[in-house]
Amino acid sequence: MNKTINQKAWFFVIPVFILVAFNAVVPLMTVVNYAFQETFGNNVFMWEGTRWFKQILRSERFHAALGRQFLFTGIILLIQIPLGIAIALSMPKKGIGVPICLVLMSMPLLIPWNVVGAMWNIFALPEIGFLGHTLNDLGFDYNFTQQIGDAWFTTILMDVWHWTSLVVLLSYAGLQSIQPAYYQAAEIDGASKWAIFRHIELPKMKKVLTIAILLRFMDSFMIYTEPFVLTGGGPGNATAFLSIDLVKMALGQFDLGPAAAMSLIYFFIVLLVCWIFYNLMMRNEEQK
Amino acid sequence: MKKFKWLVPTVYILFLMLPIYWLLNMSFKTTTEIINTYSLWPQKFTFENYITIFTDSTWYTGYLNSIYYVVMNTILSVAAALPAAYAFSRYKFLGDKHLFFWLLTNRMAPPAVFALPFFQFYSSINLFDTHVAVALSHCLFNIPLAVWILEGFISAVPKELDETAYVDGYSFWRFFIRIFIPTIVAGIGITMFFCFMFSWVELLLAKTLTAVAAKPIAATMTRTVSTSGYELGLLAAAGSLTIIPGAIVIYFVRNYIAKGFALGRV
Repeated sequence: MNKTINQKAWFFVIPVFILVAFNAVVPLMTVVNYAFQETFGNNVFMWEGTRWFKQILRSERFHAALGRQFLFTGIILLIQIPLGIAIALSMPKKGIGVPICLVLMSMPLLIPWNVVGAMWNIFALPEIGFLGHTLNDLGFDYNFTQQIGDAWFTTILMDVWHWTSLVVLLSYAGLQSIQPAYYQAAEIDGASKWAIFRHIELPKMKKVLTIAILLRFMDSFMIYTEPFVLTGGGPGNATAFLSIDLVKMALGQFDLGPAAAMSLIYFFIVLLVCWIFYNLMMRNEEQK
Repeated sequence: MKKFKWLVPTVYILFLMLPIYWLLNMSFKTTTEIINTYSLWPQKFTFENYITIFTDSTWYTGYLNSIYYVVMNTILSVAAALPAAYAFSRYKFLGDKHLFFWLLTNRMAPPAVFALPFFQFYSSINLFDTHVAVALSHCLFNIPLAVWILEGFISAVPKELDETAYVDGYSFWRFFIRIFIPTIVAGIGITMFFCFMFSWVELLLAKTLTAVAAKPIAATMTRTVSTSGYELGLLAAAGSLTIIPGAIVIYFVRNYIAKGFALGRV
């Protein structure tokens, strides 16, 4: 769309600017403050320069948490994106089935995150939970509070349960925007199912899939409440993702300096990946 | 092959419903039954847990607190985002692209990063443990989201609409309120739904910024788990009740929800 140049448009943006800056700038500056200084309370600060940053970047604890975080995000993207597309492809295109599917599939998205964690906790516990009990009946030695592999399995299954619907909804919206004429043309050409998917459906879904990957990356990279309630980061530190580790450091041990430095590094990583995606998305939009 | 296509969504929905069923199942059991016997449905069906929640004020005020700040945040976010989204969609101005991306960065900021500074900041301006504090802090991610979605919807409205109105002698604000808002009312509804949803499900900031007076229901629940430890029946009943508001609002936006998640850009 052609936009007119109008500097007065700033007046429209001011309320948003003030509200967000109110929340973003002061707290962020607090973090920056802690990241470069040492404090013993009572507002006494000592300049530390980049010491905390060096300490964090060299600490094995941070490397481990970062590794777990990338592994987790990678796994859930690899599961949720293809699974979401597959489910969207097999959903009914019209009739009573459509609203039923949409409403039921959206349910997990609207449950408070700690309820999701609590729900999965009582669902997966070996003695009282359906999942834990069934797996143990089938002869698996399953106990997510004791065994690292089981804890990961449960956390990933929970995230798949919680968020795959987002990918389904987005892909479905992309598919719905395809004109029937495309399918008719493909049928006349005798195109295979794969060819239809590859050359008609996938290109149409490109834009929504970019958004899906962006949202899923952001949110899974910031994940805190669900694994905190489900496993508490354990057993040991096996499922302590970045946010959990950060809160442990800041509020649990009150290591404010290193925690603040870690916050900034963490934020920077999210920002970098999202900036790349954002530019991809904007390029898609301009092509249109 | 085509005959069995319905199986995929059906199996998926069953998978989604299973943990929810389990939560409901537990909520109708007594805590002793949950711990001592394993059964697929309640052996001694009881409403006791629900009665406790509806009669004990520490429980039901949690719900009222949550609804109170969520509604406040939704109205605030949409009201502020509407003119801004219009500006981003229609005009070029100094720093517009940078500002837009800066807004989005706040949606990307991990709430864990902000937990401690938020606590200190809101304490220092005497807003700690108020509904306003939670409503304001949720603006951090809801306003960027609202601007993003609304901008998508507004850009889908042809600019000719604005120009025709001006030719007809409408002033800007009269046009905006009488013509423009009714045109994008569906988009506003969806944006409100998303603000409602993300404010409803968020817990970390809501918990950090409240102690007693404005404590959200979700935080009341974590308190129960950590102190008395084994009130599983109550926990399940409280959890089941948190699903209801979402289930109600989702029915109204069912046909638009995908469009909203696509940020108005399908």
